[in-house]
Amino acid sequence: MGKLLAKEREVVVPGQIISEGMDYLPSTGTYRLKEQVIVNRLGILNVDGKVLKVTPLSGRYLPKEGDTVIGKVEDILMSGWRMDINSPYSAVLPLREASFDFIKKGADLSKYFALDDYAVVKITSVTTQNLVDLSAKGQGLRRLRGGRVIKVDCNKVPRIIGKQGSMVKMINDATGCRITVGQNGVVWFMGEPQMESAAFKAIRLIEQEAHTQGLTDRVKALLDELTKDYKGGKDE
Amino acid sequence: MSKFKRPSGRKMDEPRKIEAEVGVIARADGSARFKIGDTEALAAVYGPRELHPRFLQDPKKGILRCNYNMLPYAGDGSRVRPGPSRRSKEISMVTEKALTPVLDLSQFPNTVVDVFIELPQTNAGSRCAGICAAAMALADAGIIMKDMISSVAVGYVEGNLVVDLDGPEEHMGENESPDIPLAMIPSTEEITLLQMDGIVSKKQLLEALEFAKPVLKKISDVQKQAIKAKYELGERK
Repeated sequence: MGKLLAKEREVVVPGQIISEGMDYLPSTGTYRLKEQVIVNRLGILNVDGKVLKVTPLSGRYLPKEGDTVIGKVEDILMSGWRMDINSPYSAVLPLREASFDFIKKGADLSKYFALDDYAVVKITSVTTQNLVDLSAKGQGLRRLRGGRVIKVDCNKVPRIIGKQGSMVKMINDATGCRITVGQNGVVWFMGEPQMESAAFKAIRLIEQEAHTQGLTDRVKALLDELTKDYKGGKDE
Repeated sequence: MSKFKRPSGRKMDEPRKIEAEVGVIARADGSARFKIGDTEALAAVYGPRELHPRFLQDPKKGILRCNYNMLPYAGDGSRVRPGPSRRSKEISMVTEKALTPVLDLSQFPNTVVDVFIELPQTNAGSRCAGICAAAMALADAGIIMKDMISSVAVGYVEGNLVVDLDGPEEHMGENESPDIPLAMIPSTEEITLLQMDGIVSKKQLLEALEFAKPVLKKISDVQKQAIKAKYELGERK
């Protein structure tokens, strides 16, 4: 009979043997060596029946088709823009995917997206060599004006968003900030200066303690503390 | 058996005191500190990231690039000229070769993972400490690796097989002690670093390898524990 050598939700490290015997199956973040299942990246163990999976705790963002990310314009090309998407690979936003407007040949592209502009974009395709294409046409996709941009670990993004967006909604309710979280770990938020700073602290807290349980309560406590003297702005 | 006693009073198979921690360099993607006796290594990992110049890129997988550097005041202070040297270039290369077998960078073609190893203080065994620190830093950076890499030196001091030679031990005896830095993949017991300074017989070499294996496995446990400790801190809050 197979034996599980680690607990569910335990932090596991590369090289750690998590099961013996052939009863357990390796999934992402694990592999089989003879009778054992061994972890191959730092993360948290999930046991789903017989399947052993590791949810990563660190690592760079790998572009995935369909992800909504926040990018920064790095360069303006002949017919599009090159964007930095906080990943080892840069991405291209082609002209036809940039705007619903007709853009004339030879037009000044910086009118649409200038250098160093941030924009919410969607990844439309990724090749095997990780060449990435983007689109700025679609719901919620836009150029970002004002506000703040911070970078967080992309593996913590699901925690920042929360179940059905509960965590983001909580920060939004408490601070009145508009928040957009890119799958690549770039977070944009805009609100009143003091509230922006509260939102910033809350996001950093989530990032640091993403692997722990009962995080929602702690974030709520922090937000209550930070926003208690400042109720003016948001209800008006 | 023999009446040989190590100058430090350690047992034959007893490494020096080890301290290990990860996340010591805030802005790096992964980092670690590995201290064994007086030898201390700091490793910082950046990447995977875009690789320039482009001709170095490999379209099949990401590459690993290591840089080993002893600080000018490390050791006995005689390495007063800072910067790269023949020795540091060699050690950077063997470190790279010791770590590459466990890494899987196939998801990141055309990229590089940079590892910087700095040694503020050394007293023999610096390449081994550097490899241990680098392996921990790579794990901390979330790189896919099938196992930890652990490294230690074994050698013959006045004909006696010992593990983890310190500075004084390396210079004992008439012809200095033969010393063999090793690195191993603990799960498969494959050797990824094998160098030697001195002369030993084939039989002695094979004996030395077997002698080092249990020690290397203990070191790998220390490394793994240190990575977990980073996340336990958060839980206690």
